[in-house]
Amino acid sequence: MPSRLLARLRRARPTRRRVVAGSTVVVLLAALVGWAVWPESPPYSTTDSMITVRSGPDGAQPVELDTRFYLPDGASATRPVPAVLLAHGFGGTKRSVEDDAEDLAGLGYAVLTYTARGFGRSGGEIHLDHPDYEVRDAARLLDWLAERPDIRKDAAGDPRVGVVGGSYGGGLALLLAAQDQRVDAIVPMITWNDLARSFLPESTGREPADGVFKKGWAGIFFGSGSGTGGLGGLGGLGAPGAAPGGDSGNDGNEDSGGDGGPGAGQDPVLGAVPGAAPGGTPADPACGRFAADVCAAYLRIATTGRGDPAAVELLRRSSPAGVLDRIKAPTLLIQGAADTLFPLAEADANARGIAAGGTPVRVAWFTGGHDGGEGPQTDQDRLRFLMAQWLEHYVKGSGETPSGSFTWSRIAGFDALDRGLVATGFSVTDYPGVGGTAAESIPVAGPAQRIANPPAGNPAAISALPFGGGFSSLLDGVAGDLPGQHARFESAPLDRAVDVVGSPTVTLRAASPTGEAVLFVKLYDVDPNGPAALSNGLVAPIRLTGLPADVATATPVRVTLPAIVRRIEAGHRLRIVVATSDQGYATPVEPATYTVALAGPATEAVPGMPAGAALTGAEVSLPTVVGEPIATPAVAWRWALVGLVAAIVLGLVVVVAVLRRRHRRHDTSVHPEYADTPLVVRDLRKEYADGFVAVSRIDFEVHRGQVVGLLGPNGAGKTTTLRVLMGLTQPTTGEIHVFGHRLVPGSPVLSRIGALVEGPGFLPHLSGLENLRAYWRATGRPWADAHFEEALEIAGLGDSIHRKTKKYSHGMRQRLAIAQAMLGLPELLVLDEPTDGLDPPQIAEMRRVLRRYATDGRAVLVSSHLLAEVEQTCTHAVVVHKGQIVAAGRVEEIVGESPSTQFDVSDVDAARAVLDRLAGVRVLPETNGALVVDTNGTARSEVVAELVRAGVGVDRVMPRRRLEDAFLALVGENSRGSGDR
Amino acid sequence: MTATETRAPDAAGGAAGYRPRATLALAAEWRRQASRRRTQFALGFMVLLPLIILVAFEFEGSGDDDNGGGEFGSLIELATTGGLNFALFALLVSSSFLLVVVVALFCGDTVASEASWGSLRYLLAVPVPRARLLAVKLVVALGYSLLALLLLAGTALLAGTLRYGWSPLSSTVAAQIPAGEGLLRLLGILGYLAVVLLVVAGLAFLLSVTTDAALGAVGGAVLLWILSSILDQITALGVLRDFLPTHYSSAWLGLLSTPVQTDDIVKGAISAICYATVFWSLAFWRFTRKDVVS
Repeated sequence: MPSRLLARLRRARPTRRRVVAGSTVVVLLAALVGWAVWPESPPYSTTDSMITVRSGPDGAQPVELDTRFYLPDGASATRPVPAVLLAHGFGGTKRSVEDDAEDLAGLGYAVLTYTARGFGRSGGEIHLDHPDYEVRDAARLLDWLAERPDIRKDAAGDPRVGVVGGSYGGGLALLLAAQDQRVDAIVPMITWNDLARSFLPESTGREPADGVFKKGWAGIFFGSGSGTGGLGGLGGLGAPGAAPGGDSGNDGNEDSGGDGGPGAGQDPVLGAVPGAAPGGTPADPACGRFAADVCAAYLRIATTGRGDPAAVELLRRSSPAGVLDRIKAPTLLIQGAADTLFPLAEADANARGIAAGGTPVRVAWFTGGHDGGEGPQTDQDRLRFLMAQWLEHYVKGSGETPSGSFTWSRIAGFDALDRGLVATGFSVTDYPGVGGTAAESIPVAGPAQRIANPPAGNPAAISALPFGGGFSSLLDGVAGDLPGQHARFESAPLDRAVDVVGSPTVTLRAASPTGEAVLFVKLYDVDPNGPAALSNGLVAPIRLTGLPADVATATPVRVTLPAIVRRIEAGHRLRIVVATSDQGYATPVEPATYTVALAGPATEAVPGMPAGAALTGAEVSLPTVVGEPIATPAVAWRWALVGLVAAIVLGLVVVVAVLRRRHRRHDTSVHPEYADTPLVVRDLRKEYADGFVAVSRIDFEVHRGQVVGLLGPNGAGKTTTLRVLMGLTQPTTGEIHVFGHRLVPGSPVLSRIGALVEGPGFLPHLSGLENLRAYWRATGRPWADAHFEEALEIAGLGDSIHRKTKKYSHGMRQRLAIAQAMLGLPELLVLDEPTDGLDPPQIAEMRRVLRRYATDGRAVLVSSHLLAEVEQTCTHAVVVHKGQIVAAGRVEEIVGESPSTQFDVSDVDAARAVLDRLAGVRVLPETNGALVVDTNGTARSEVVAELVRAGVGVDRVMPRRRLEDAFLALVGENSRGSGDR
Repeated sequence: MTATETRAPDAAGGAAGYRPRATLALAAEWRRQASRRRTQFALGFMVLLPLIILVAFEFEGSGDDDNGGGEFGSLIELATTGGLNFALFALLVSSSFLLVVVVALFCGDTVASEASWGSLRYLLAVPVPRARLLAVKLVVALGYSLLALLLLAGTALLAGTLRYGWSPLSSTVAAQIPAGEGLLRLLGILGYLAVVLLVVAGLAFLLSVTTDAALGAVGGAVLLWILSSILDQITALGVLRDFLPTHYSSAWLGLLSTPVQTDDIVKGAISAICYATVFWSLAFWRFTRKDVVS
């Protein structure tokens, strides 16, 4: 249908409203995308410079440090800003703390980062945070800050400054705060308390001189002394990417990563730096950029596997342990649980030491560390918040005093979306230390077992790979105990879960033919359905001396295992493993066989252990802390969800209430004048959104007993009128009343109208009868009111009523649709082209049906473009053309008492002459050679007789009705519809 | 025609027995949709799919194909460990596309198909109030969508349990979850999937009232869903991805870990509910005002 297509095209045309709405949406979207991806210009400026500081024991040895200074915009002499000295991790440079520096600068601090001496482009040698070298360098940098006018000062030469750093940088922060009282606050992260104990740990409380050498980590440290990889930055805490080759855990100094041997590639830098190393001597290939004394100590320890007093003294010099009482700067200690280098106990010792002097201390543990990396996002967010809060109060001098609460976190599982780890944070008011606030004692038992020490420590058990990366904290080490080299003692399954926070302890006995033994004690969490987990791969190395040959006579020793954060689920067992070797540690070279047992006799039998063997038992003491889960933004989201649902429900209730109210207020009054009139249409106008006027003005009425024909050519506006009448379309103006009720879309009064508009509409997969039933079911009215029998009789489909409607012919569908319209015998029947598709007998039958239907006080409105149909079916007619009524009234009135007649004659001119003579007879102007005559009362027979008498041959006499005349006169020969206007 | 007494109309002018709130009852609409082939096929397929997978597993050779997918890829290897795992697997393979199509079918086809048959105008001429028509259609479409989801999971659970037994839910992301709790987790996953699919339901429904072409509504919704999934793969979009309706669609995997990871699920639910509300509001706004010309 071209007219419909055209109308549709016109509707799709961009109207002004559409253009405005569309462009608004596009602009908004573009703005949103632009805002999201637009790179932000940083609110600070950076300056790189080499700063020469004078340090060393005499404070006069110059060394050039590679620095970068971040100055927030707006800082000036009149508006000075507080500063942060940001130190990097071992093996890193100023670049490895870039992210954190930018963060802090964004918070409004002037940030000074620098490459420590002995690394990168800075000169000098590595003295391991020696108070005379690295620490004094940092103090000189504070002087540099103090000279800047745009830095806030507490006094002349005393800048307002916080010191932040991870690992090597953290050690520096502690040592600097102890040495230089100008420091206002420090945030040392994943760092040491006693460097000697860190590299020569011993878990029964012996001194580092008797410690077990942590050769794996020491090797990495030493190897990276001249490399560029970072061991712990702030943001990149022990970034796995900075780890040397995968084998580095075995023996670090043989394979120290990409930069090759110590000192390689450093000479050009050293050469370019005046006075870099004393005397400017080329680097010793054995020591790289390490200072000679540090290098010598390492070589001694690494060779013997034992600490000596001089080496311990050297390491102690670089440790905060001895100077904690001098730290007056408020300290935020952050330590990682996945850290086999500087375990939680290091931060614990620092916290106790600093707090003893009355200095505010706060401790936070997280799930990363030198092994675990930065930890999950929630951990990073928590730490970032804690640091910002700490610095804001103690350095910037604003914000509330941070509480002293202790926060920690535990790995909770995988993040489903980015496959990362998720940690749950907890907090408790006071820092409990690694001993916890309470303890659970779990009995473990097992027979005394003989275990062998492998010669030269090979093969060795693997407990942790340094730099295992973020997943090591979940994988819990790569526990691989070797048969014959370890003893096991197990508990019964736990009857309830235990949240371990701190250092478990256990008491053992051991016997050795040599009188000495180096052992590694580990605590496994054994899942009955899964692998045994060694929390973060942490082990407790012990060196026992003076042992008897028989375990029965051995003295019990109490072993303090490394502090862990772990939930041991109900049903899991504890397993204490005592091994003779570990990849990460130096063990005695000579082979030996030890006997290991628990401290006392077993308190209860343990299933799975050989019967008959003498069981030994002990209790594993598990420290616990009950903390409050920290509310993460996730909780806010949860509330947001609840709020959203509540808001939607509320909104729905309000909308429904408003609609009900409006509905109740809706005018249900009956127009008294039209109360008994089935249909009154007044001033109807329908203009579509694109400006097309389908109906310009239509007025008509349908009274009871009438069959009204709505007549007009295609596109005259008939269908639009009926659409409005059925509540499918909103009229632009005008009113429709049905039995006095105003009709709008959805008006209840529509239920009194039966309709066939724009052809039948049936569910194709249902039979005719099912369709009628489905329709009536949708009305919700009683079955008895439907009068199916009458409707089916009208449809006259016979057995076809049980066939699916998609198999119906056009006429069958049309009849079914008329039957559907008549369901319930509505008082007003509206049929759009009802005879469309019917054959002549059916059309005749339909006429009878419609006439009869209107007799019971009902009314019928029929639209049609067929004149004959309206003339024969209807009592009244309304002629519509181009959206307007051109004629209305009774069909007889429109047609008239004296219809005109068309004569086909042999001689038109002669006939015209004859007819002109007849009184009252008028010849109408006509074309096509036909003669149309208004006989005006004169009988047609008489006219024919006159013509014949005059010798004019008459071929045909046809009545011509006025309706058709009027119709043609109005519409013209051109039957193009209003749709083409 | 025999003359029948015409019962008195009510005050609002409706025919005797006509009550707007009784029109197009839920049961009537449910039956309308139930009689359709597409409903029967879609629901039938939901039952059939787990059985097909089950049979496929029976023929499985000892292939060492690496299915990939990281920590969650093992769900495929674990599918035959028990009924719960089998049901989980069936959900995993169907959640990203099949369920989207089914939901789009139920919600996108419901109004558009009536419009294309022409029966919509007869419903409106009953008259079924437009808001009621939409509400009933929406509720029934959502009901069928939920039924499809439950049929899929239920059949998979039943068939899997009969074939592989009733055992704890295993995955490599966490320890085994006891069968009872595993069932709860499975229900939680179903619940979250249902919420996420509301976006599809909303979009399809909006398209359904906008167009007369049922295929356009269903296809359009699926197409936009796929487009969103593709955009979600582009990490360069950064924070914008969080606003994509599909961004959180796989967050239900968090329910497999112990303790359950609900953060993304909550965000996903917020996102889905927002989208669905907007789409449905638009659908109601549009439909209660539009000229029905089909």
